[in-house]
Amino acid sequence: MKVVVDMSKCQDHGQCVFAAPEVFRFDDAGRLTHLSNPDDALSDAVEEAADVCPLQAIRIEH
Amino acid sequence: MRAPIVVVGASLAGLRAAEQLRAAGWEGPITLVGDEPHPPYNRPPLSKAFLAGTASSASLTLRPRPSVADATWLLGTRAVRADLDRRTVDLVDGRTLPYRALVIATGTRPRRLTCPGPSVGRHTLRTLGDARRLRAALAEPGARVVVVGAGFIGCEVAATVSALGAADVTVVDPLPLPLLGPLGESLATELRVRHERRGVRFALGRHVTGFAGRDRVTGVRLDDGRTLAADVVVESVGSLANTEWLAGNGLDLTDGVLTDAHLRVGGRPDVVAVGDVARFPGLRYDGVPRRVEHWSIPTDTAKHAARVLTAHLAGAGAGADTKAGTGADFGAGVGGELAPFAPLPTFWSDQHDFRLQSFGAPALGTADARVLYGEPGADVVVGYHREGRLVGVVALGGRAAVAAAARHRADLLQQSPTT
Repeated sequence: MKVVVDMSKCQDHGQCVFAAPEVFRFDDAGRLTHLSNPDDALSDAVEEAADVCPLQAIRIEH
Repeated sequence: MRAPIVVVGASLAGLRAAEQLRAAGWEGPITLVGDEPHPPYNRPPLSKAFLAGTASSASLTLRPRPSVADATWLLGTRAVRADLDRRTVDLVDGRTLPYRALVIATGTRPRRLTCPGPSVGRHTLRTLGDARRLRAALAEPGARVVVVGAGFIGCEVAATVSALGAADVTVVDPLPLPLLGPLGESLATELRVRHERRGVRFALGRHVTGFAGRDRVTGVRLDDGRTLAADVVVESVGSLANTEWLAGNGLDLTDGVLTDAHLRVGGRPDVVAVGDVARFPGLRYDGVPRRVEHWSIPTDTAKHAARVLTAHLAGAGAGADTKAGTGADFGAGVGGELAPFAPLPTFWSDQHDFRLQSFGAPALGTADARVLYGEPGADVVVGYHREGRLVGVVALGGRAAVAAAARHRADLLQQSPTT
């Protein structure tokens, strides 16, 4: 599973961090970072993160 | 052929319901009915980036999951009747859809003002069509704008319009402050100050009594005798649930469709309601059933309702259409393996160059609001308490304030004041 975040859309809502903290987090500077190839076991959480992004900035490629 | 699960309403809640039915194991047919001609799109930008002209309509389109590629979409039509005993939905074009299970996702429409005067020049903001018409009206140079209603949409529209350089923007509301209900007095006061500093005017504590003008609106009459000059009026005075098509089935349709703690409707295991139209018990707080028009609710309700429906159908012998092992029937109710629906409320609102971000239920704790972080006038986080316990937090400001509010989220998630 590949996770792509369109950072030109991201507006720091942080909903993905709540939905899938294993994959998305804010760094010390408050910028969103994420794992690009998370384990497939996390796919439910990643799909939820994509759903709850208000900007629809998260894309999942299987 | 097996009857489909019919989802009436093809916006965010309808789309998420279809996707979540697949995720919960439903492999049978799904039919969605939507009254708008467009596939599902994201509404929040309509009052902000789309209205400002910085987001295209294409950018609003929601990407359905691949799992619903085989769903049947009936767009540009709407349900006019349902018979929950016969399990049918009648459409305005004369078709009758039999269903295996029904998902009610018809959402809301804007409430309109009924006071006298011309209707041309008066707008609402709910659909893409509404937003296009409003955007065109605002393109007239020097347009004077009056926004009626200082709720979320009213405040967002006022902020967007003022940034577009409209000659003047005034927000009218019967309450003494914008967003007073959800924010309480101290933060609502700060919100008002921030709007005024950016050129938005307010006529607060005032009712609209009528509209001036012959063929089109030229002004908004207030109950203090003033008339505010207006070329464009935006009515953002709340919403009405789209439930008329469900009449005659013995349901409680008082402000939305009443559901149980698992989003089931009318005591029926095969009918659920999701999104803005669902009036579900607020089990995390006071147990009172309410509709909740936060952006997160369609997704949250869809996930829960789909699991409830799918489990019921699996238990009812729809084995050919559901994956094995999707779990027991939750039909027995709250004692089942799925906990009752009790999401943590959350909302945001972008206005001017700041964001409001809320977690929990600040409206229930406005009598005891305390600054938790920062200070009014800058980035600030306010905590709302009931009987001494934190029930909600709201950030007003930039990234640092939002991050500070989010640090209370885990605490709010653990709390359930009714238990």
